[in-house]
Order: sequence, then C-alpha cells, then structure tokens
Amino acid sequence: MGDLSEFKTTTRLFLKSYPWRRIDPVPWTQLGKPLSECRLTLISSAGFVLPDQEPFDRFIPGGDVSFREIPSDINVSELTDCHKSKSYDHSGLRRDPNVAFPIDRVRELVESGRIGSLNHRYLSFMGVITAPGRLIHRTAPEAAKWLADDGVDIAILVPV
Amino acid sequence: MCNQAVCLVAAELERQGIVTVVIQLLRRVAEKVQPPRALFVPFKHGYPLDKPGQSERQIAVLEAALSLLEDKSLQKPVLVDYKLRED
Repeated sequence: MGDLSEFKTTTRLFLKSYPWRRIDPVPWTQLGKPLSECRLTLISSAGFVLPDQEPFDRFIPGGDVSFREIPSDINVSELTDCHKSKSYDHSGLRRDPNVAFPIDRVRELVESGRIGSLNHRYLSFMGVITAPGRLIHRTAPEAAKWLADDGVDIAILVPV
Repeated sequence: MCNQAVCLVAAELERQGIVTVVIQLLRRVAEKVQPPRALFVPFKHGYPLDKPGQSERQIAVLEAALSLLEDKSLQKPVLVDYKLRED
C-alpha cells in the first residue's frame, strides 16, 4: 500500500505539512467517442530519458519541471531511470519500465482493438517538484498544447 | 510529489480538451489536489502498476483506469479505488 509510512520520518513530516496545490475549478472534458476510436498518450513522472537525451537536473531548487518527448515506438529497454528520489525502490521499474511507463501494455490494448491508436509521442517528467508554479504556468500548458495539436483524445498519467 | 505533478499536468490536458485519468499512490494527495479523474492503487511507491513482469496485472490496472474515462455517470473530481484481486 502506498502511504506515508513507507517514508523516513523527515519525508513524512515534510509531506504532512506540505501545501498541496488544489486544482480549482476542476477542469472536465467528457469522452465524446468510443475508446476504440481514441488516440492515447502516456505521461510518466518516473524521470525516464532516452540515451540521447539530457538527464533531468537533480539540483534545480524546487524541482526540474522540464519534460522529455518519448517516441511511442521505442523499445522500453532503451529507457533510463534518472529520477533523483531515494524515497522509493527503483529496482522494479528498472527491471520492467512498464511498471511505471506501460508502453508495451498500451500497444497490446491497441492490438486488441480496445484503444483506437497511440500518439506518436509520450511525455516523461521527473515528478519530484516541490515548487510547482513553473510546472503549472509554463511546462504543463506547453505539454498539453503539444498533445492537443497532435490530436490526442485520452491520456493516462502515471506517478511513482 | 510525483502524485501531485501528474495531477497538475492532467488538469492542463483536460483544459485542452484531452480526457485524462491519473494513477495515484497516495489517496491523501488525490483528495487534496483533486485531479479530474484518479484511480487510487494499493501498491508501494515505485510500483504504480504493481510488481515487474506481471503484464496481466498491468493490463488490469490500465483497464480500471480506462473504465473511468468511459463512465459518463461519474462526476468531478473522480477518485476511485482499484479493487485488488488475483488477476
């Protein structure tokens, strides 16, 4: 079970007093067609990068709010975990990146006809962002515009 | 922090007309941040789709997430618990 008891005391205390950003008003888009006709994208915050990409910056105060474009036709074995957090066990997702970035699984969902198609790109963030203002005002809107321009209908977002 | 980050990105996608669902490992964060649709999973941090190499479980979690997109009776903000079973 993912709960605060997994973390060391200092992390637990930080998370208990952290001013979480409430989304208000909550935006809402209703699905307008069957999933079998939808284009899907994935977004992971597990800090995955490809070999030719710049790793996320571990030292930016408040967190690195940038994102990487991950082509949807990659082999998941090409992904490198560069998430800086020591608060969780990285061994599972390093062994099988689908644990946090289910690239192989969504291909299967398209093959079975459950989902219409996959967008040509997914996005990778490093989610340890304690000061999310730059994410809210700059990079998340930029990411959303990219994906809207791509014609994406649905997105599954996966934290670690 | 990862849980909050994906919620905030989801909100922007939803504002752009993309229907979203976020996986959540901390129920408390989903309750505080209130993304449009969240599936709370009972797995440890680092394992949002459970143990490695279990493709059936991974598909089951994704199916549970997709069902939140399809269910037109749900009202925002949606927070649903993934029902753990032997997949």
